[in-house]
Amino acid sequence: MSDAKRYVRPYGDTTGDGMIQTSFTLPIPFGPKADGAALQLANKMGMDPAMVVHSNPIGDDFTFFVVYGSVKHLVDLDEVKVVEREYPLLTPAEVNSVLKKVLRRKLVVVGGCIGTDAHTVGIDAILNIKGFAGEKGLEYYRELKVVNLGAQVSVPELVRSARAEKADAVLISQVVTQRDAHILNTQEMSAAFREAMGDRRPLLVAGGPRFDPLMAGELGVDRVFSRGTTPGEVASYLVHAMQAKKGVAA
Amino acid sequence: MALLDLDPSVVATARALAARAAEPVVSLAKAHTTVAVERATLRLAGITGADSTHRAGDVPWVNRVIDTVREQCGLEHGVVLPAFHALREHDLGSLTELAEATAAGQIQFRMPAGKDLTAARKASTSAVAKGLKSVDRNRAQRDKLVAKLGDPAQRPWIYLIVATGDIDEDVVQAQNAARAGADIIAVIRSTGQSLLDYVPEGATHHGFAGTYATQENFRIMRAALDDVSKEVGRYVRLTNYASGLCMPEIAVLAGLQRLDMMLNDSMYGILFRDINPIRTFVDQRFSRQVHARAGIIINTGEDNYLTTADAVDAAHTVTVSQLLNEHFAHEAGLPDHLLGLGHAFEINPKVPDSFRLELAHALLARELFPDAPLKWMPPTKHMTGDVFDGYLLDGFFNLAGVLTGQSILLVGMMTEAVVTPFLSDRDLALKNVRYVLNAAGSLAEDFRPAPDGLIVKRAHQVLGEAVDLLERIVDDGLLNAIADGTFGLMKRPADKGKGADGVVEKAPGYFNPASEMLEAQGV
Repeated sequence: MSDAKRYVRPYGDTTGDGMIQTSFTLPIPFGPKADGAALQLANKMGMDPAMVVHSNPIGDDFTFFVVYGSVKHLVDLDEVKVVEREYPLLTPAEVNSVLKKVLRRKLVVVGGCIGTDAHTVGIDAILNIKGFAGEKGLEYYRELKVVNLGAQVSVPELVRSARAEKADAVLISQVVTQRDAHILNTQEMSAAFREAMGDRRPLLVAGGPRFDPLMAGELGVDRVFSRGTTPGEVASYLVHAMQAKKGVAA
Repeated sequence: MALLDLDPSVVATARALAARAAEPVVSLAKAHTTVAVERATLRLAGITGADSTHRAGDVPWVNRVIDTVREQCGLEHGVVLPAFHALREHDLGSLTELAEATAAGQIQFRMPAGKDLTAARKASTSAVAKGLKSVDRNRAQRDKLVAKLGDPAQRPWIYLIVATGDIDEDVVQAQNAARAGADIIAVIRSTGQSLLDYVPEGATHHGFAGTYATQENFRIMRAALDDVSKEVGRYVRLTNYASGLCMPEIAVLAGLQRLDMMLNDSMYGILFRDINPIRTFVDQRFSRQVHARAGIIINTGEDNYLTTADAVDAAHTVTVSQLLNEHFAHEAGLPDHLLGLGHAFEINPKVPDSFRLELAHALLARELFPDAPLKWMPPTKHMTGDVFDGYLLDGFFNLAGVLTGQSILLVGMMTEAVVTPFLSDRDLALKNVRYVLNAAGSLAEDFRPAPDGLIVKRAHQVLGEAVDLLERIVDDGLLNAIADGTFGLMKRPADKGKGADGVVEKAPGYFNPASEMLEAQGV
């Protein structure tokens, strides 16, 4: 990618055409005026020319639109900042053998959904043997001891369990995002670990579909995983982080 | 018409095994009571309201009374005897007055004896009978409205979820959904309510990913749906959740406010909420007896097994759970027409023949439970955020539903796992359902899976695996099977889990007029 182009536009069917499609609802009755309103919004969004290719009423007070059009914006790839994977992807066998060499015991992972969040889909996809996206979950790794606390774990309970299990890493999952619950819960969690254990706290990892990996600092955790993360990525990260920790200690 | 040619003797074996597996658990449920059952009983006897001066926020009066009775004389004889004895002793007009006096520390609860005991039994029986009469009146009222306005014109009935967190917004969304074709409105509860050991009070406006189940919210929504029912010319049903630590109480509130369907699974709380198994089975039994009395259709939660385990590998666990749910429901007095047994379209779409496998599983459920209003639930696990893909998958889900004669169709959202549905998402989802119903609603007439084809073979295989698993459960004991992670891969030991401290073994003199009247209603 190093000598790839710096500026790009959306691609419809011709390079540089800038074509996108979008859909939205306006709280106005269906009719020509509604279509005009949708067009105005599309123009203000930078779509020019824009075509309202479809509209239909939803009840008496709303209209739904599908709009196609060309956007004038350019994407400057040099300005795109993302967290690039900072560690190599390992197979389960590699994870096991590195951990065995580095730790000479099992790495203990404690995980759960904190706060009132009852959506264990995420944490289960990472922890359960069943796994996700064709990869087996962390329970499958011989050199990992996994304690899945499940849903609606309170922060004090999480800290207590992490202590009791001598956890090397704590994984928390947050799916519900109403009123920024995922952010507040995670901050509460990281603060509690800092207060209870200081520098001896375990590695803190937060995951959830609406997290941004750039938020690690703000959340007070070591790593954030977002949508589509697989168990293998998490396991590889844990190995990487443990190696880094050992390196500092040694 | 039977398409799978299931062996009646295998089906009978499966049912007999389910009954045997359930038997010890039913005995356990009969031998215990819980704080939630006792609270539900007092709610039937007329207690309402909350202590708004308590430092922990609004604590329902019923919790104050139960907790105090438990502290002072235990719950092993039931709450009504000490409560109604205190009522008479202090010459108080109502249970709510008793609660206020309890909170003020003026009441010393004790078990009555002799004439006092007889008086307390009589007074509590007549109070609870009054509560059950309200439930009966609501049932009759529902029957009347259905007769007048009619049921939905088609099967499956169209089931839509609203979940804004604010009951007033829910009303707007629910009425609009009904106008757009929804036959059943489910108000999803706030995340976390299942683990509250009390039922919040009043109209609520700040839920998380859902709206709190409260008696007042129930009343508001039922009234709003009554209005829209008249407008659309069919009786629009209302669904809520009797799961979690307050199953029995919420069942009572549903009966008192004429809800029509309730989520009520025999094992969901244990497996997915880590609620103590004994607590769950005791609460479940009482809540189902109340639902039976109220004529409420229960919805079971087998979809959940398929979201945590693989939908092909775990297909037979759904069948096993359906059979157990059926047995527990029958035992609690619910007839077939009130059994909304659940199942779901959750096979990975990348699996070859995934749609044929879905048809096999859906048809198996249909033929095993011909008289139950089966609830068919949409894909969630394999909804990736690609809303276009998701819309197609929902279309196939709808097709499988009509092709296999499902009774209640929970409308799938293409934005599943992305955001709470937009107004337009819901509209598109209903359009999808309407298209399939219109284009293929009667396709079942022409649908004859080949006798030795994949669909028939797969259905037989799943039933066979279900029987094998039931045999293992019978040998091992249901509680041990749950502890070992047989269902949904979750391990839940019988002595662990939330709410375990709310379970009380009944003493020989235990008395609960609600239980006595509900047991007497029979199957």
